[in-house]
This record gives sequence, C-alpha cells and structure tokens, in this order.
Amino acid sequence: MAMLRFAPPLALALLIVPIGLGFLGILASAFGLQLGDGLVSTEAFEAALALPGLQHSTMLSLWIGPAAAFLSLGLVALFFAGWLGTRFFRGLSALMAPILAIPHAAAGFGLAFLIAPSGLLLRLVSPELTGLSRPPDWLILNDPAGLSLLFGLVLKEVPFLFLVALAALPQADAPARMAVMASLGYGRVRGFFLSVFPALYGAIRLPVYAVIAFSGAVVDLALILGPNTPPTLAVRILTLVNDPDLAMRPVAAAASLLQLGITLCSLLLWRLGEGLCARIFASSAGSGRRGLGEIALRWSALAGVGLLAALSLAGIVVLLLWSIASGWRFPDAFPQALSLGVWQAQWPAIAAGLGTATMIGLLATTASSALAIAVLEAGDRAGRQPFSGFLWLFTLPILVPQVTLLAGLSLLLIGPGLDGTLASVVAIHFVFVFPYVYLTLAGYWPRFDRRNTDLALTLGRSPAAAFTLVKLPMLVLPILTAFGLGFAVSVAQYLPTQMIGAGRITTITTDAVSLASGGDRRLIGAYGFAQTLLAFLAFLPPLLLLALARTRRRGLVEGVAR
Amino acid sequence: MSLVLEDLSLVLEGRQLLRMDAVIAPGQILTVMGPSGAGKSSLIAAIAGLTPEAMKVGGRVVLEGRDLTGHPPQMRRIGVLFQDALLFPHFSVGQNLGLALPAGLSRAERRARIDEALESVGLAGRERADPTILSGGERARVALMRTLLAEPRALLLDEPFSRLDAPLRRSVREAVFHHAKARRLPVLLVTHDRADAEAAGGPVHQLGSAPDF
Repeated sequence: MAMLRFAPPLALALLIVPIGLGFLGILASAFGLQLGDGLVSTEAFEAALALPGLQHSTMLSLWIGPAAAFLSLGLVALFFAGWLGTRFFRGLSALMAPILAIPHAAAGFGLAFLIAPSGLLLRLVSPELTGLSRPPDWLILNDPAGLSLLFGLVLKEVPFLFLVALAALPQADAPARMAVMASLGYGRVRGFFLSVFPALYGAIRLPVYAVIAFSGAVVDLALILGPNTPPTLAVRILTLVNDPDLAMRPVAAAASLLQLGITLCSLLLWRLGEGLCARIFASSAGSGRRGLGEIALRWSALAGVGLLAALSLAGIVVLLLWSIASGWRFPDAFPQALSLGVWQAQWPAIAAGLGTATMIGLLATTASSALAIAVLEAGDRAGRQPFSGFLWLFTLPILVPQVTLLAGLSLLLIGPGLDGTLASVVAIHFVFVFPYVYLTLAGYWPRFDRRNTDLALTLGRSPAAAFTLVKLPMLVLPILTAFGLGFAVSVAQYLPTQMIGAGRITTITTDAVSLASGGDRRLIGAYGFAQTLLAFLAFLPPLLLLALARTRRRGLVEGVAR
Repeated sequence: MSLVLEDLSLVLEGRQLLRMDAVIAPGQILTVMGPSGAGKSSLIAAIAGLTPEAMKVGGRVVLEGRDLTGHPPQMRRIGVLFQDALLFPHFSVGQNLGLALPAGLSRAERRARIDEALESVGLAGRERADPTILSGGERARVALMRTLLAEPRALLLDEPFSRLDAPLRRSVREAVFHHAKARRLPVLLVTHDRADAEAAGGPVHQLGSAPDF
C-alpha cells in the first residue's frame, strides 16, 4: 500500500513524457534540426505558410472550436435551466450515456446519411412535399464554411457536456439555489443562470476547454463532414504526414506547430469571452429583471436537445438500414429489398477490426482505470489530492491538439521502429483514455464517506481489506461507468490508431473512416454500425449491475440509508 | 481492566482542541458532553486511532494495560458506533455481520454467531435481507451487533442515537447499554442530549465551549 504514493507521479510521467517528446519531435523537424548540426531553418514554415488556401484552413480551425463549445454549452445550460428536476430531464439524461458512446465516425456518417441531399430526411418528404424525384444539387455536406462539421461536433459535444455537468451538479447545490431564486420571483432560466451556472461552470471548466481543443483540431469528423476545398488545418496536417514525399515531413511539423498555436489562440479567445461574460453577468445581476422570454427559451432548449438526441439515434438506425439495403433509390424512404450480403462478405474484415479495437480498448482502459483509482486513493490516504491545483495536468493530453502531439511522436517512433506496434498503439490510447476515466472518477472519490472504511478498520480489518471489501464495492457503479466511458473513448480513437499504428495496426474505426472518401453507403453502414455496437457493449456491465442492484441492494443505487 | 486516557490532547494547526484525563472502568459509561465544534468526534477518532494526519494527538490511550499510542486502528480492538449505522450497502445483513467476525472460525460457527447476534436484537431470520430496506431502529441494532461481533475490549459511541426519534431512541439506547454492560466493556459516550447522559448513569465530562471563530 505504500506503493500508492508513487501512483500520482507515475501517472503524470506517463502522460507528460509523450507530450514532451511529441513536442520536441515536432520542434526538431519543423526547424530542420539534426544531430551535430546546429543550424535552425525556417524553410519548413515558409513552405507551410505558402500552401494554397492555408489562411482559409487556419481561420476555419480557429473559430470552429470556440463555436462548437459555445453552442454545446449554451444548449446544455439552457436545458438544465429550463428542465432540471422534470420528467423530460430524467428521460433525456438516461439517453445521454448511450449517445455519448457513439463513436465520432459513426455519428458523423449517421448524420451525413440523414441530412445529405440524398439523405433520409429529404426522402421522407419527397416527392410529396418537395416535388423532387432525384437528389437536389445542394451543398449540405462538406460545405466550405464548415457548418455541417460544426453541427456534427455539437451533436457529439452536447452529450459529453451534459454528462459532465450532471456529475458536477451536486457541487452547485442546484435545488436549494433554484428554490431561493424562485421565492425571490425569478423565472427558472434567469434564476438558474444567476445562481447555479457560475458554480457549475467553475466545476466543468476543464472539460469545456477540452471540447474547444478537440473541436478545433478534430480529424475524423472533419474527413466525413468537413470542407474539402480547402479542408481544416488538422486534416491537411494528416495529408502532409502521409505524403510519400519525405520532404513534406518538416512542412507537416511546421503546420502542426501552427495548429498548436491556433488551439492556444482559441483557448485564449474563450478566456477573454469568459471575462466579458462575467462582466455582463455582474452588471445585469442587480438589474432586478426577473426573466424575459423564459417560456420560449425553455422550449427551444428542449427542442434542441431532443432533436440532437433523435438525430444521433436515428443516424445509427440509418447506418444499419443502409448496411442491409439492396437497392435504395431516391426518393424512396425505405430500401426496395433487404439483404445480408454486405455483412456476409465483410464479416471477416469487420470481425478482425472489432477484435483489434476490443483488445486495445480493454488494455488501455484497464490500465487507465487502475492508475486513476491508485492516484485518487493515494490522495485520500494523504488527506489531500496530489498536485492539487494542478488537476489540469492529468487532463493535458486532451487539452492539446491530438494531431500535433501525434505528428511529433510518430516521427520519433519511426527511428527505433516502434511505430506500427500494438504496444505503442495501446500506450497512446492510454494517454487519451486516462483523462476521461480520471475526470469521471475524480467526481466520486471525494464524496465517499470515509467513516465506512474507518469502521472496517475498527472491526479489525486491514487498510487493504477495508479498501477491497468496502470502498471498491461501494464505488463499483462509478468505476464501471468510467470504464465503459474509457472503452468507448478508446474505440472511437481514429487519429492515434492511424498515426501511431502506421497502417499496420487497424481497427474497426480506422477501417470505417477510410471508407469516407469511397462513398459506398452499404460498407459505411456496416462498419459504422459495428463500431457503434462495440462502444455500446461497454455500457452493458454497469446497466446490468444497476438492474441487479435495484432489486437486491438498493443502497448502492439510491445512496446509503441513514 | 479499564480504558485510560492519560493527558490526551488534540492539536489542529497549532490550536489545541481539547485535553482530558479519564479512567473508565469495565461496564462503566463515561459521558462526554459539549457544544458542536468542541472536538467530540475528534476525541473518538483519537482514541480509535482514526485521526487524519493533519491532527496531532498527544498523551496516551491505555486499554487493559496495553499502551495503544501509535497502534493502527485495526490493532486496537476498540469498537465504534457512529451517528449513522453505516451498514455496507453491497452486503446483506448477514454479510455485514460476518465481516466483523474474527478469522479462524468454522463455517458452522460463523453461521451460529450471526444467527445468535440477530436473535439477540429481535431480528432472527433476517440475515439475507438488503440492509437498505431495514427501518432506522433495525439498522442501529444490526450496527451494534456488528461492532460487538468483532469482540472489542472497549466501546466508543459517537452520538449513535441522535438520528432516531424519541421512543426508538430510548429502546436502542437500552439495547446498546445492556449489551455493553453484559460484556463489561468500558464505554465512552459522546452526546449533546442530557437524557443520554442520565440513562448512562455514569460520570459526565464536560468539554469546553467551542472556540470563537
């Protein structure tokens, strides 16, 4: 048990060393530094900046992160404000975990199959309402402004921020504060924003920053929904990295550094926005207004969250439909005939992709969960959390653009031939899974009533027995949930598998995303659906346990009776 | 064989919370009273060895002639009843009791001790029940039996009756005192209820008023 003390520094080292190495690799390559040659060259930057349409790509990456975060956070906050404690709130809360589990690629494909000019939504109303008998020539997907990409991002980030906010809600003491505000005559929405939101936002700030960093540098969704002419900066970096011309490597590195700068700029923009909002907020708090347009705000928030949930789930159904469709002409709303042909032909490849993804996911998530528990437990034993005030360090991998970090690391791994090995891919998955597992568990650990373990000690049990017999079982639901989330995160990882796996390690996710350019809807449907099913499986153990606990051990679900 | 507190003192961040001497004879109940913030729960934690690292404990705790200073809680053989029953929600009632039994008993013996314990508090046949569905009074009785099955040599009571309503409080209190006296355990009771002190019938130690903040 004394070993526990080493858990926090070990975790930090495992997270920060790859980031540091990746950064060094990128710097060396971008500035043309070689061993024994002290010359610094800025050629790569000049080449990167001279890429056609780079300014457009850069601007796209700069605004899309803060925009996705603003829309997602705003929608979640409005929904919480309007519907906290209602039946709608409970119903949609229950849907959010499975929706969050849908991998980005599958969600993107599903959305594309719905909203494309030849998608299901238009088919449903054609030709009756539109008079269309063939798909119109509208540029909905891959629009140059990146709006469909933004929509796809919001679709994925709303469930994430929803669940994060739900977990942080007890810290904001919402029911009591809302009651006070209501007794002072404030409407639900204004009351929420004045009394609960400031505390809630403080508690979920790191995940919000992660949303900004992720959205501005996302690759898989951008390949599926984002603009092509030119694509976002992150997608262009991937293209440069994969360029057979080795002379493009330093250019890729320079562009990666640019991406890092863009992400930092977006975060800075957001910080400035935070300050501005706080000011507006403070000056309006004393205005005495009790809330305007409350009803409209409430219902539009419900409509927004409900629509996103419906689109996410409908997208998965459409993926399944396409995978078993044999002939599906526009504007039919349903395939002419169904067939399992694609599944039969593709099953060996799909099974292999699922197998690799499962193995990587189980290894990376088990390691992440064990280490996250050890870090939190070490904090409890010491009476305070390790590196308190530096919590963000444990989430650093999801606060830097993935593509920058990976471009650097893949350069370094090629040398000793470590790229394309299963061990490297598992290790890089660990780096991106750990922050999510840790963030999930960190909400529950401090809330554990330590008198339970104290009591086990006074009964003559050792600290180790008190931990394994009392604490772990009492926290089993959060642990399984964090594990499920970690597994889903690992399954969804495209870029780390692609770049560190070097094409030799492929999973169902890299297979699925590589189908984006081909446009074969049946194949995409099968791979996307299989990918989603695997991510869903991870949430089965906590759901089963929950059902069991409801009948046999109610205290585990409803909290301990006094 | 008694529980002795010798010049026991608690210091938190340079501020002395309390300082006391006491000798509690077997079967005797010492009641410690004081306003909230006077360090009553910290006193229990110090005697049981459960104080957080930030708190400095001075003086000695001696039980049956053994100096317990520096002993970890699981080696002290001091039972504690907290304000809440703290039955573990993932175990059945019987498993909660089984957790307290000493090692080295046969299966049949363990079974027999659990049955006997439940019967002695009027809960015979409930060993497979989910602790969450028990009533408040039933939970308090199971918690008492769990503490006693670990065969403690002294008992500390941290306001264990305060969450029960008046009639129930009296009967649970009687059960606790009865079992403690039957086993001739030295008992230290922390409470802010006069009626508890009167029912205990032992000496009363008044802790100083809470310091001003």
